[in-house]
Amino acid sequence: MSNCKSSICSHLIKDHFGDLTQTVCDVLLQKCDCHLRQLTSEAKIPLDRVKHVLTVLIQNNLVTFQKNKRGQTEYTLDHDAILWRNRIPHYIFCGKNLYGDAAELLIEDIAHNGQITMSTVVENVTDKLNEALENAGHPKIGASVVYEKFKALANTHFIKQCVNPLETLCPEDIDECAVAKLYTVPPFQPGNRKRKLASDEEAQPVNKKIKTEAGASAADDHIYWTINNNRFHRYFTDQLLIKAIRSKIDERAGQILQTILRLNEVMTEDLALTSNPVSFIEIFQALPKDLQLSKQICEQYLTVMADDSTGFVNKIGDSGGGMYTINMMKAMTTICTAHVESVIQERFGSKSLRIFRVLILKKHLEQKQEISKTADHAPARSFYLFRVNLEQVARMLLEHSMKALMNTIVKREMETRENRRLMEKEERAEAIIANLERSGGDAEQKEEILQSITPAEKTQLKRVKHMINMLDQCELQLDETIFVLETYLQYCETKLKTKR
Amino acid sequence: MGGRGRGRGKSVSFDVQALGFGRGEALPAAILQPPPLFPPQVFKPVPLVNNEDMQYMLALKQEFVGSLRKSAYYMKQDEKKQDIERYTDKYKTHDTAASFAKDWSRFPAELKIRDKKVKKQIKPKLPVKKVKLTADEDIAKTLETLEKKEETAVEGEEAAEKEDEDKDEDDEEEGENLDEEELNEEDLEEETDYATNYFDNGEGYGDDDDGDDEGPVY
Repeated sequence: MSNCKSSICSHLIKDHFGDLTQTVCDVLLQKCDCHLRQLTSEAKIPLDRVKHVLTVLIQNNLVTFQKNKRGQTEYTLDHDAILWRNRIPHYIFCGKNLYGDAAELLIEDIAHNGQITMSTVVENVTDKLNEALENAGHPKIGASVVYEKFKALANTHFIKQCVNPLETLCPEDIDECAVAKLYTVPPFQPGNRKRKLASDEEAQPVNKKIKTEAGASAADDHIYWTINNNRFHRYFTDQLLIKAIRSKIDERAGQILQTILRLNEVMTEDLALTSNPVSFIEIFQALPKDLQLSKQICEQYLTVMADDSTGFVNKIGDSGGGMYTINMMKAMTTICTAHVESVIQERFGSKSLRIFRVLILKKHLEQKQEISKTADHAPARSFYLFRVNLEQVARMLLEHSMKALMNTIVKREMETRENRRLMEKEERAEAIIANLERSGGDAEQKEEILQSITPAEKTQLKRVKHMINMLDQCELQLDETIFVLETYLQYCETKLKTKR
Repeated sequence: MGGRGRGRGKSVSFDVQALGFGRGEALPAAILQPPPLFPPQVFKPVPLVNNEDMQYMLALKQEFVGSLRKSAYYMKQDEKKQDIERYTDKYKTHDTAASFAKDWSRFPAELKIRDKKVKKQIKPKLPVKKVKLTADEDIAKTLETLEKKEETAVEGEEAAEKEDEDKDEDDEEEGENLDEEELNEEDLEEETDYATNYFDNGEGYGDDDDGDDEGPVY
């Protein structure tokens, strides 16, 4: 855990949860597993507050606990989970693109609360939507609409049930039935929580365990749902591939790739180097109808993709009209290389970029492109060969991106802190104006309030707001780069593991 | 072979000029300060991508963080306590303590915050419990009568002291049997010497012969 990453975690926690939580987290970051007494003494905070902080963190899936050998409960901070909180706006946006406004609000609510029961979140979202709809003058919608969206999200594994940490003894022993149960949604009883002994609608695995009890919505109170980060990450990776193909070949090729990816969505395990093979017939049948691609054109596209130098798609057999797989490893390598190349171009110029590209192509090159023949190591006769180690470069860039992210966060905090007085003043003025409007004040009073903020202050406010917005944007986009680099490195590690 | 086309002498395969100093020259002087914090940039960075999607995501992000700050999850360090501890501080409830509903079946039990105000309510149950005592009923009754006597007693101090001592002994014997609170009550009354040594119930006033006025009192 690099220094940079730790400080980013610390700042993020402060941003989201306040100073007190940050102090506790700092201790956990330094000391890894801590038990309660140790935490209290290190953080120098009263015991009750520490307890409350820990419950908040556990609720938000940032801290896990387990009993150590001495029987004490030890608390561990999940660093990645903290960094993933940066991506929550991206998740919400995805939900909106895929399933609409209701899904967007669902994901936002679940992300906000960490872990939440289905009934609660569906009711919350229905209320929010109805409020917005009423204000806009549209008719209300029922909770069943929201419930359908919830089910859709669960079926595609974007949200999952939380495993009760006190009940599961051994998380590795979760068998397939239990995994399938993680995504089954109990039926929804709107309004009150009467017990109802109806069974679930979907086909259930045979051995029902306590979690999804006989469909009673009161029993639903113990089933908590949370965001499935890994699934979203896979979705982002898929989007990267589709974007790449779309820019390289064609929009339609992008659609075809999307179809293949969607067919594999729920089946392929995380970080598989190649996806499961799909036959041409399946692809053709699964294509969206409005594309109106004939079989021949589709086949041509697939051949083009398979022959392409980026090597995203491989044809591995001829059964079923042609079996195609997607080579994730190669795809990620290409995408990562593209990112690195753009960095080099922006930082060092086009000529450097050309050298870099040549080096990647040719693996090892001497400055004058000559091949060495001696085995001696004397400096006069030995050759110095240049090459690019993409993994190392990716790690270095990742570290740089983290540092940049931290700088951005720190700068944003500094700006907010320095101009807090001004911003509070503006907030107060706005609140007064809102009050006046509600109680029907006249324009003069509003003018007065508005004039209490001088023009110089106004320009400064504008500048500060603009800067904070820019820095926020910067964080979001940095996070995208970090995601690409991290995913590439994960695939590299998986590849190493499978080699051994 | 090495340094092809460059003649004899030590040479390396790459262009040494590019290192910043020529062959055979002295190495450049070492720089004794850290590199500048903001080195001048040769290539200026490209502006951020600012399309509709990014703006929407920015709005989402700011909304999300804003709502987190208002929620129950956000906590600041305790604000500095005022210099004088005020009486009302005891009764002000912490806002955060009862913030979000926790399902205790999913949290470790040690994280529960126990409310410390419950204990003091036990005292009023005293008279009820006294009745329930079977083996010590007699002793309790004696104590009761003694108590009453003490309150209305006009006896001399020594007699009162004796009784107190007796009571204390009794208390010690029955310490395990009686309720804590009863003991506390007894003890509270016995803790200080006030009743025995200092409190003058006014009986002796006027007994002294104060007719002998020995002079003005200043």
